[in-house]
Amino acid sequence: MRYVDEYRGEAESRRYLDAIARTATRPWMLMEVCGGQTHTLVRSGIDRMLPETVTLVHGPGCPVCVTSVELIDQAIEIVRRPGVILASFGDMLRVPGSGDDLLSARSAGADVRIVYSPLDALALARKHPDRDVVFFAVGFETTAPANAMAVWQAARAGLRNFSILCAHVRVPPAMEAILSAPDNRVDAFLAAGHVCAVMGYREYEPLAERWRVPIVVTGFEPLDLLQGIHMAVRALEQGRWGVENQYARVVSRDGNRRAQTLMGDVFEVVDRAWRGIGEIPASGLRLREPYRVHDAQARFPVSHIRPRESADCRAGQVLRGVLRPTDCPAFDAACTPEHPLGAPMVSSEGACAAYYRYGKRS
Amino acid sequence: MCLGVPGRVEEVGPAGPDVVMGRVSFGGVVKDVCLAYTPDVRPGDYVIVHVGFAIAVLDEQEAARVFESLAAMDAGSGG
Repeated sequence: MRYVDEYRGEAESRRYLDAIARTATRPWMLMEVCGGQTHTLVRSGIDRMLPETVTLVHGPGCPVCVTSVELIDQAIEIVRRPGVILASFGDMLRVPGSGDDLLSARSAGADVRIVYSPLDALALARKHPDRDVVFFAVGFETTAPANAMAVWQAARAGLRNFSILCAHVRVPPAMEAILSAPDNRVDAFLAAGHVCAVMGYREYEPLAERWRVPIVVTGFEPLDLLQGIHMAVRALEQGRWGVENQYARVVSRDGNRRAQTLMGDVFEVVDRAWRGIGEIPASGLRLREPYRVHDAQARFPVSHIRPRESADCRAGQVLRGVLRPTDCPAFDAACTPEHPLGAPMVSSEGACAAYYRYGKRS
Repeated sequence: MCLGVPGRVEEVGPAGPDVVMGRVSFGGVVKDVCLAYTPDVRPGDYVIVHVGFAIAVLDEQEAARVFESLAAMDAGSGG
């Protein structure tokens, strides 16, 4: 496939690996923010082929993983009500809540549907005017414009039976939280290319300045990641910080202005609790007042739910890059994809799932 | 979740009261895609598609940079 295959060449990968080895003279720790990048790195074996000086830690960029237990419990509570259809991306179904997950709710008779796009959920609301269709709106800034469009269209068409359970999160506040943690070890970031396709990278510039950290906007294919790593290591070796753009074939400094505009019309920034990490100021989105009629939390009584997290799951440390999945005592013991304790073991972007799937057992 | 797949725009729907949709081919598999966020695309352009929405148009010239950078390193100016 064009714009995919050419970024997977082995000979070019080898040359970038050599260049990284030549460039790195000291130990550096890089964090790739996005879980999609984690999977490419582990699947292609890049993490094992890098020189010993360069260590990659995996970031919190898995929206499924950071969606709070409370929101999952709320989704389960809502879909158990008569007349409700809950539409969700498939990744959410096996993520454990306090007790059940959405898959077991579905087995028990709840109407949970897997959709590929929020527009599919909107189509369900059109098709079933007598049912309440709730879309579990999970995602970073990449997904927010799509979900904003679904809500905007529902509002325009007067589809009052369509609502979203909004779990949206924003990347820059999470990076700031990682940098400001006392146990932070991250020297440079590979920023998530598709988040930046929407948002651009202006908002990363003050972050890079304040923390004197290189941030390289990076794509998702092996060559993208290798070039991004090379750029980050070169900046570190030269004592430079600031934002560089490896993924310029897709990302511009300003991003997609149209998408940002509709996002800003439909959503407002709020504080949000991240699973395993805790509350991060200004790190979430919720619907603005005119769209509140499409807010599932306003439509259904869910505020009484008291979530409970597994005491054995150390996903929070994994998501902050402090703990490697294979160093978690529960990895491949109490926690497997069949019986997950936490979301990173079941999400297609979860770091624990990547290590498990690609055979990197402890 | 932030998976974005490059595809070739095959068809751009008419601009109407509803949002602009189009047809995008992913290595031969053609899907309906919302083009509201990339309204200037034409058939033949490549876009990055995420959850049924085109979020960016691929820049052909920039796409070659990954290889140019390698060539520059071989020439001794990088590394």
